[in-house]
Amino acid sequence: MTDPSTPAPAWQQAIFDVFKQGGVRQVAYVPDAGHSHLIRSAIADPGIEDVVLTTEEEGVALAAGAWLGGQRAVLLMQSSGVGNCVNMLSLLQAGDFPFFTLVTMRGEYAEFNPWQGPMGRATQAALELMGVHVLRVSTPEEAGEIVGAGFDAAFQAGGKVAVLLGQNLIGRKKWERN
Amino acid sequence: MNTTNAIDAAAAKQRLGRREFVSALMARIPAETLVVTGLGSASYDVFAAGDRDRNYYLWGAMGGAVPVGLGLALAQPGQPVLVVTGDGEQLMGVGSLATAGAKRPANLTVVVLDNGRFGETGMQRSHTSLGTDLVAVARGFGIADAFAVDEPAGCDAIAERLRARSGMAFARVSIQADEPPRALPPRDGPYVKNRLRAALGLAPF
Repeated sequence: MTDPSTPAPAWQQAIFDVFKQGGVRQVAYVPDAGHSHLIRSAIADPGIEDVVLTTEEEGVALAAGAWLGGQRAVLLMQSSGVGNCVNMLSLLQAGDFPFFTLVTMRGEYAEFNPWQGPMGRATQAALELMGVHVLRVSTPEEAGEIVGAGFDAAFQAGGKVAVLLGQNLIGRKKWERN
Repeated sequence: MNTTNAIDAAAAKQRLGRREFVSALMARIPAETLVVTGLGSASYDVFAAGDRDRNYYLWGAMGGAVPVGLGLALAQPGQPVLVVTGDGEQLMGVGSLATAGAKRPANLTVVVLDNGRFGETGMQRSHTSLGTDLVAVARGFGIADAFAVDEPAGCDAIAERLRARSGMAFARVSIQADEPPRALPPRDGPYVKNRLRAALGLAPF
């Protein structure tokens, strides 16, 4: 459990700053602990519509609809959700929609749960197979810069971009309470 | 099975012609309405009623019609947004009704043309022929203004929701399982996207 009173890591705030400075108006998500500060911040921000999804592919379509209507949306998910998105990602190429997603990684670093391995190892390749450009953040210091670079590639160049947030960045999941 | 065929035949008599219904609906909606169509027959029906700059036709992305409409409705709260799709497309993205039901944009109306069939692929029966009631599903997802349309006059009720923009609505329209001549909307997605954006005063891209 993440204690809501714990201050957010600076790198998570740096990512939210990219959203705000970039005029993001819709944040769609399937929750993950690594996105918890962004989700809380989106819910608290009157200038942002927070949209909780039942499955991640809805967020791909929602982002296309937002763009049709002149707004920037971002999709937050974890690596397993990328598998749920595969066919819907064809919408981005068929309609040439800008797209930006942040993916928290599982199955790649100190992973306790073997069920996270198969999709975690296939996440980057699955995105690339569907025409999404993939960047990665591995250290807290580079989060703001790389997320900002991917965000600009999406909304200034019309790119379809995913930034993977490495599992080593998010930290080991605590499975047993001490 | 024969027992269901008899039930289907009885039900078919009460069902509406899809082209006639959609044509009447499109004639009654506010001119500024933004329309998103689900792939297959729903796209053909809306296009057959007359192409519009404010239509966005999906040719794929099955299950995506409602979430595209939701993103658009949230982005353009001052415009009515209408999603027209089929039962098969809605069933594939049925969770998106829960997502829309959680946000309930006042300017969003979803119309499902329900023939109980997967029309594009040989008229196989869908879940709505086998037990699923999409009006009950929509209500269960929090869309209180969910209703069934079994008569031609139902298009007036739908158009009224779009005019009022006073709450999210969902309509299941019982239509005949026939296949009118195909009317194919543009398949150039960027063209249709930029045409709609231009209608809203937005730059291409």
